[in-house]
Amino acid sequence: MTLTEKWRGGLLYAGVFAVVAYCLAPFYWMLVSSLRRTSDIFDTSLLPSSVSFENYRAVFDPAQGFGRALLNSLIVAGITTVLALLLATFTAYAMARLEFRFKRLILTLIIATSMFPVVSIVVPLLKLFTDISWINTYQAMIVPSMSFALPLAVWNLTTFFRQMPDELEHAAMVDGCTRGQAFRKVIIPLAAPGIFTTAIITFIAAWNEFLIALSMTNKPAMQTAPVAISKFTGATTYETPFGSQMAAGVLVTIPLVVMVLLFQRRIVAGLTAGAAK
Amino acid sequence: MADTKTPAGRAVHPAVGSSSGPLNRRRTRKQVRATAGSGRMAALLVSPTLLVLTIVVLYPTLMALNESLYGAKGLDPKTGFISDTEPFVGLRNYADILGQAGERFWNAFWNTTFFTVVTVALETLIGVAMALIMHKAFRGRGLVRAGILVPWAVPTAISGLLWRWIFNSDGIANALIGHQVLWTTEGFHAKVAVIVAEVWKTAPFIGLLVLAGLQVIPKEVYEAARIDGASAPRQFWHITLPLVKPALLVAMLFRCMDALRMFDLPYILIGAQKHSVETLSMLAQHEASNVRFGPASAYSVLLFLYVFLIALTFVRLLGADLIGDVGADTRKRKGRRLRIPAPRRKEVTA
Amino acid sequence: MKTRITRAFQCSAVLAAAGLLLSACGSSGDDGSGQTGATSFEGRGPITFVAGKDTTGTLQPLLDRWNKLHPKEKVTFIQLPTDADAQRQQMIQNAETKSDAYTVLYLDVVWTSEFAAHRWIDQLPEKQFPLDKMLKPVVETAKYRDGLYAAPSTSDGGMLYYRTDLLKKAGITQPPATWAEMKSACAKVKKLPEAKDMSCYAGQFQKYEGLTVNFSEAVNSAGGTVTDANGKPDVDTAEAKKGLDFLVDSVKDGTIPKEGITYQEEDSRQAFQSGKLVFLRNWPYVYSLAGKSEIAGKYAVAPLPGLNGPGSSSLGGHNLALSSFAKNKATAVDFMKFYTSEESANYFLKEAALAPPYTALYDDQALVKQYPYLPVLKESILRAVPRPRVVQYGDVTAAIQQEAYAALNGSKSSAQALKNLQKDLQQKYAAQ
Repeated sequence: MTLTEKWRGGLLYAGVFAVVAYCLAPFYWMLVSSLRRTSDIFDTSLLPSSVSFENYRAVFDPAQGFGRALLNSLIVAGITTVLALLLATFTAYAMARLEFRFKRLILTLIIATSMFPVVSIVVPLLKLFTDISWINTYQAMIVPSMSFALPLAVWNLTTFFRQMPDELEHAAMVDGCTRGQAFRKVIIPLAAPGIFTTAIITFIAAWNEFLIALSMTNKPAMQTAPVAISKFTGATTYETPFGSQMAAGVLVTIPLVVMVLLFQRRIVAGLTAGAAK
Repeated sequence: MADTKTPAGRAVHPAVGSSSGPLNRRRTRKQVRATAGSGRMAALLVSPTLLVLTIVVLYPTLMALNESLYGAKGLDPKTGFISDTEPFVGLRNYADILGQAGERFWNAFWNTTFFTVVTVALETLIGVAMALIMHKAFRGRGLVRAGILVPWAVPTAISGLLWRWIFNSDGIANALIGHQVLWTTEGFHAKVAVIVAEVWKTAPFIGLLVLAGLQVIPKEVYEAARIDGASAPRQFWHITLPLVKPALLVAMLFRCMDALRMFDLPYILIGAQKHSVETLSMLAQHEASNVRFGPASAYSVLLFLYVFLIALTFVRLLGADLIGDVGADTRKRKGRRLRIPAPRRKEVTA
Repeated sequence: MKTRITRAFQCSAVLAAAGLLLSACGSSGDDGSGQTGATSFEGRGPITFVAGKDTTGTLQPLLDRWNKLHPKEKVTFIQLPTDADAQRQQMIQNAETKSDAYTVLYLDVVWTSEFAAHRWIDQLPEKQFPLDKMLKPVVETAKYRDGLYAAPSTSDGGMLYYRTDLLKKAGITQPPATWAEMKSACAKVKKLPEAKDMSCYAGQFQKYEGLTVNFSEAVNSAGGTVTDANGKPDVDTAEAKKGLDFLVDSVKDGTIPKEGITYQEEDSRQAFQSGKLVFLRNWPYVYSLAGKSEIAGKYAVAPLPGLNGPGSSSLGGHNLALSSFAKNKATAVDFMKFYTSEESANYFLKEAALAPPYTALYDDQALVKQYPYLPVLKESILRAVPRPRVVQYGDVTAAIQQEAYAALNGSKSSAQALKNLQKDLQQKYAAQ
C-alpha cells in the first residue's frame, strides 16, 4: 500500500460521504420534521426536542386509507413498469440491432409523445375515460402512465443494448442459438445493470404521478399514495399539516428504497443467470 | 454489481476475439440484415410501442391541438350565464399569447430556458461525479446506491413542501447561513431556491443512469488502458466518457424535457404568479384553472413545439451516439468519434 | 368554412381591440335555455357530498345521522385534496365532463359566481332555506345576480389578535380601533424591555389569496372599495390609497416585519405565538391554538382597526351547492337543508368551532362562554365586505395580488399600483 493509494482510499470515502450527505441531508430534515410535535413544528434544532410519533399515527389513521393507497400505488406503478419494460425491450432491440427506415423518425416520435404538458391532456383524457367508464379503475391510471414510462424505457434500453458489442450475439448464434435466444442469454444478462436501473427509474416515475391519478379516481379505495397525501390536513382548514405530510413522504420513500435494496441483488442475479451457462 | 457481471464477460469475450475487427464487424451486420428481412421484424417489434403511444398520447394531443383554436366561453350579459359553446377563434389564442400577453410569455420562456440550462448542467456535473464515485468498489455500496435514490423517490409535491419549509423566513436555510434571506419573495434568490431544490431531486436520476452505463463497460477496456499507462484523467476523457456518453446523453435529454415542463416545484416552493420563477407550464396551468382551456392548450402547444425543437436538435446533433448508424451521412460525420472505442476493444480482446 | 373562420377572426379582433376576449362570439350558442327560475328537483336515492378533508371529525357523525334517518337516500363523502385550488379544479373537471359523481359541493364563498354563471350548480328555492335568520353578508355570498345558488353553511371573518399582557403593562386599557391608535400602542409597548425586539403587526402578505383578503380589508377599512356589488371596480381613489398606504408604510417603517411579505396564515400565527408580534390579523381558528402556546392567557381579540374607526373584514366561509349534473336532486336539497339547519350549525360551532351563518347563535350565552370571541366575530362579519363577486374571480384576485404585492415589496408606488389595478379590473369587468 503506497501513500498515494491510501490517499486515494481516503478520497474515495470522502467522496462517498459527500454523495450521501448531499442526498440525505434534506431527507434527514424531512425525517426530523416528521418526528416533531405539531406544536414545535417550526423548530430548527437538528434533533427533535421530544420525539413524537403523532404524525405517523395521523398518517395511519384508518380514515386516511394510507395503507390501501400504498398498495394501489404499488399495483399501478408495478404494472406500468412491467408493461413498459416488456414493450420497450422489443422496441429497443429493434432500435439497437436492426437496420430499417425511419428509425430516427420513430425514436423522435416516441420521445415527442412524452412531452405534452399533462395539464392539457388531462381534461380530454378524463372525457374519454368517462365515456368508456374507466373512472375509478387501475387501467385509467396505468394507461396514461405509459405515456411517460414507455419513452423513458425505450430510450434507455436502446442505449444499453447498443453498448453491447454485437459480436457477442453473433458468436452465440454461431454456437447454434436463435436470434431470440442469443439476445436473451447474452445481451440481457450483460445489460442487467442498465435494465434494472431503467426499471427503477420507470417505477419511481409512475409511483409519483399525481395529476392523472387524482383526476381519474374519486373513491378512496382507488387512490394512490401521492393523492392520499394531498388530502392530509391539519386540525383546522388553515393549519398546514406539514408534519404529517413529511411523515407520509418518509413512508412513501422508505419502502421504495427498501424494495430497491432487496431486489437489487436478486433481479440482477436472475437476469445474469442465463449467461453463466 | 460489477462482480456478478464479470463471469459472463469472461465467458463470452474470448469468443468475440476471433470474429472481431472492423471488417468482420461490418460483415456480421450485413449478415444480420440479409437473413432477417429486418424491416418486417422491426415493424413487428416496434409496433406495440407505437400503438400504445398512439392511443395514450395522440388522441389527447390532437384534442388539445384542436382545443387551442377555440376561445374562452362568453358571458351573456342579459342572463348572466356563460354560454355552453366555445367560440372558434382560429389562431387568435396564439396571437394573444405572443402579442397582448407577450411580456409574460417571454419572461416565462426565459425562466424556463434558464432553469433548464442551469439545472441540467449542474445535475450532469453532480450526477456524473456521483456515478464515478459509486462505480468504485467499497463496502456498503449497495446501501449507498439505494440511498442516492431517495431524492428522486420523494414525490415532487412533498419535496416542494420540504424545500418551502427549509427556505421559510425562519427556516433551517436561513439558520444555517446566519442571515435572513426572504427566499420566497421575488428576485434572483427565488430562482436559486428552485434550482437548489430541483438539482437535489434530479441529480440522482443522471447519476443512476450514468452508473448503469459505467457498469456495462467491459472491465477489460480499463485493464488495457492501464497497461497502456493512461493516466486517470486520460482514461476518463478517452475511454469512460465516450463509452457512457450515450447513457449520459439520454439521461440529459430526458432531464431537459422534464425541466422544460417544470411546474410543481416553483409553484409549491415559491408560489403562483411570481415573475422570477414563472415557467411556461405555470402559464398553461393558470389559464386552465381559470377555465380557459383554449388559451391553456395554446400555451401547451407552444411549449410542446419548444420542447420538440430541443429534442430534435438533440437527436440531430447526437444522433450517431444515441441511435447509432442511422444514415450514411451521420456515420461519415461521426465516424471518427465512433471508432475510438472500437480499436480499444480490439486491443483488449486480441 | 372559410367565411366562418374570417367571421370569427373579425369578431374576436373587434373584441380584442376593446380589451375583451369573451362574450358575443359565444352567445350565438344555446343560451339561457331552461333555467330561468329555480328548477324543480326530482329523484331520490343515494347522493355524494364533496369537500376537502373534514379536519374536525364532526362531518362523518352528521352524515351517519342522515344515513340512519334516510337509509334509501344515503350520502357518501368524496374527499378532495386539502388545497383549495385543487378542490376547485376537481369540481370543475367533474362539471366539464358532466359527470354525476358529485352531488352536493362544499364551495368556498368566492366561487359562487363562477359556478353559477357556468351553470355548474343549480339555482335553489330561496323559500326552503331560513335566510332571514342568517347574517345578511353571509347570505349575500351565496347569491349570484339575485338568485340563490348555494346554502350558507359556515362563515369566517378576520379579527385583531392582541397581547393583553403587554398592552396592560404599557398602560393601555382599550384595544386600538384605528391604525393610528395601533401604531401608538405599539410604540408604547416597544419601550418595555421584554418587547424591544418585537414587531408591531402582521397579517397575510404573501402573494396568494390571503393577500387579496388583507388588501381588500385595508382598502375597505379606509372607506374605499375594490369593486361594487356587481364587480365594477373603483379602486383608484384617495380612500383606497390610504388603505394600501397603511400596509406599504407599515412594511417600510418596520411596523410589519420585513418577512411579513412571506406570511401565510400559519406563518403569521407562528410569529404571534412565539412572541414576535404585538398585533395580528387572522381568522378565528387561531384563538384556540394560541391557547395551547407560550402566550396562553396573554391575548384577546378585537374587531379589525381601520383608518377612522373600526375596519371591515373580508368574508371567508363555505356554502353548499348542488351540482347541475347530479342525480337524485330532491334528496340533495333535503340533505342541504339538513346540513345547513340551525341545529347542525350549532353542532358544528360547538364541536368544531366553525362560525355559523345564524345570527342567534352568536348571542347564545352558553356558546359565548365556550368561545369568548363570538361577539367580536359577529361584529366582524356584520361589518364585512365580501370579496369581489365576479364570474372570473380567479383573474380578479390574480390582478389584485399582482399589484398589491408590487406595492408591498416596493417595486411600484401605491398610486401606480392602484392605477394599474383599476385598469386591469376595468378590462375584466368590461369583458363580462
